[in-house]
Amino acid sequence: MATIFKRTSVLTDVPFHYCPGCGHGIVHRMVAEVIEELGIREKTAGVAPVGCAVFAYNYFDVDMYEAAHGRAPAVATGYKRVHPENVCFTYQGDGDLASIGTAEIVHAAHRGEKITTIFINNAIYGMTGGQMAPTTLVGQKTTTSPLGRDKDHCGEPIRMAEMLATINGSAFIARTALNNTANLNKTKAAIKKAFEAQIAGKGFSMVEILSPCPTNWGKAPGEAMDWLAENMIPYYPLGIMKEV
Amino acid sequence: MALKLMKGCEAIAEAAIQAGCRYFFGYPITPQNDIPEYMSLRLPQVGGCFLQAESEIAAINMVYGASGAGARVMTSSSSPGISLKQEGISTIAAAELPCVIVNMMRGGPGLGNIQASQGDYFQAVKGGGHGDYHPIVIAPSSIQETVNMMGKAFDLADDYRIPVIILADGLIGQMMEPVEMPNNPDPVKKDKPWAATGYVPGGKKQRAVINSLYIETEDLDVLHTRLSATYDRIQANEIMVETYNTEGAEFILCAYGTVARVCKAAVRLCAEQGVKVGLVRPITLWPFPTEAVHNAVAQDSVKGVLTVEVSNGQMNEDIRLAVNGCKPVEFMGKAGSAIPAAEDIAERIMNMRRA
Amino acid sequence: MIKVTIYENQCKGCGLCVRACPKAVLAISKTHLNTKGYYPVEVVDQAACIACTSCAKTCPDVAIEIEK
Repeated sequence: MATIFKRTSVLTDVPFHYCPGCGHGIVHRMVAEVIEELGIREKTAGVAPVGCAVFAYNYFDVDMYEAAHGRAPAVATGYKRVHPENVCFTYQGDGDLASIGTAEIVHAAHRGEKITTIFINNAIYGMTGGQMAPTTLVGQKTTTSPLGRDKDHCGEPIRMAEMLATINGSAFIARTALNNTANLNKTKAAIKKAFEAQIAGKGFSMVEILSPCPTNWGKAPGEAMDWLAENMIPYYPLGIMKEV
Repeated sequence: MALKLMKGCEAIAEAAIQAGCRYFFGYPITPQNDIPEYMSLRLPQVGGCFLQAESEIAAINMVYGASGAGARVMTSSSSPGISLKQEGISTIAAAELPCVIVNMMRGGPGLGNIQASQGDYFQAVKGGGHGDYHPIVIAPSSIQETVNMMGKAFDLADDYRIPVIILADGLIGQMMEPVEMPNNPDPVKKDKPWAATGYVPGGKKQRAVINSLYIETEDLDVLHTRLSATYDRIQANEIMVETYNTEGAEFILCAYGTVARVCKAAVRLCAEQGVKVGLVRPITLWPFPTEAVHNAVAQDSVKGVLTVEVSNGQMNEDIRLAVNGCKPVEFMGKAGSAIPAAEDIAERIMNMRRA
Repeated sequence: MIKVTIYENQCKGCGLCVRACPKAVLAISKTHLNTKGYYPVEVVDQAACIACTSCAKTCPDVAIEIEK
């Protein structure tokens, strides 16, 4: 019998600390598998800033950085400029990338920095206990929008994939979701394309991944996936926004 | 080597290159603009990389990335920009990464002005970022000394895996002086096994983890034990200070940077009036030369101490700690003001003498 | 022959695999806790498995291995 599905060696054997049903673990596996399949693990470095994935250095068995909140694209720029022949990815949440780190991600794309960003959009700040993020949907209740996000008070959610796709330095920008097997397959395919765009030196690449946060959404894992499909996907259309 | 008339900022940049710096990430802010400008032309010529970041915050984090990748890397800015970098510097200190940071001090607080100032002493020396850490702080008083210090700064940074701040002021940056520039086309590369340069599982090189998060108390305790040991070693071995004319002096001046040069002129003016005045000039502001200050001041001949700064008195606190009450310490200086004149300093000494 | 292996002590009982499986091969145990104190998922009908690997792909803890 052949093994057709097995844990990749690019993941360490440290068990994930993520909540049951969290999307991070799924995406960690995909990123690690892509690194293995592209045969680049020995020359890959990852940068994970503050957020639920801040402990990613325990999970990816490659050179890893932990970066200050929002600054992973700048840290990755520093690494990549020193080792242009190596591969570098950032793994960021929506609070990190779409809020405090907006300047860094926009300018990494603007410079056409040859890095790959894995952007987990779960419409909330996870690690700090469920606060409203720039990607929180209108009407969505969080610990800092207890009556539901009010767009007249704090605007409507930000669509990062579309925004970054308008920047010339972006070579590959896609948005996918984790709510069913078809979308899981598309997510991994997009991650692979993003890394391939980097390796081919085409410029900046990012995959925005709609991901569930059962704990802070106050939903069971299955319900969270359904809520994601019914509420997030309509507002955050899936697909490849840019491919050079 | 011939002397060459160079502008401070440009001399600093060239000296960094001669010290093996091949990566610079910066952002425009007066009065240090000539450093990134010079680097943008020169670094590509030596196979290096200059990048203008979108902000000083991004720049210091690019330094974090490049230093973590094993490179000799530098950034420079001026007071407000250095304030923006503080979280990054604290993070670099916690991740035990080497780098050099030049601060061309300008008038503060807020936008202040673009004149020379010494108002960032506390920020640099006491650690402007969060948490217990120390950058090494070097305060040159001439362009030549700054040039000489660049190689040392990069070596100290690498040897102790620590951020090193060159605390200069707008005067050093904007002045032109004849300098002898070291020539070092291929500087020795230090071995950095901890750096992120690629990892082969099972190979002899360990996987690099460049990190400042120690979520378990015991782990943070281990970091602080290690940092404290590093700081003790630095204090034992790396203090730099100049004592000038202090033997048997009646008064001791304490000053650093360009103000110390004016104090030397004041010493000469006092000598003409038959009053022997000495000067203690800290070159490393951290580690602070406490002992040298104390020994100079404790001499029986010394009646009093005058600290002179272009601030409201910041190093003066460390001078008082060093003097530890054995002699009276007075302060002369005003934030945001011009550099004091030698005559005024001499006159103040004469007044202290009569008091 | 298809074999689904559950690394029981990595499982957090989230149930996403059960939701994803088209053939009801899996179910959350009602009687037995794993070392983390979760009710882990169990293979209840191995024969029905078509090795589509949907369960393994959606598992947030990479706790499922499939042989065919």
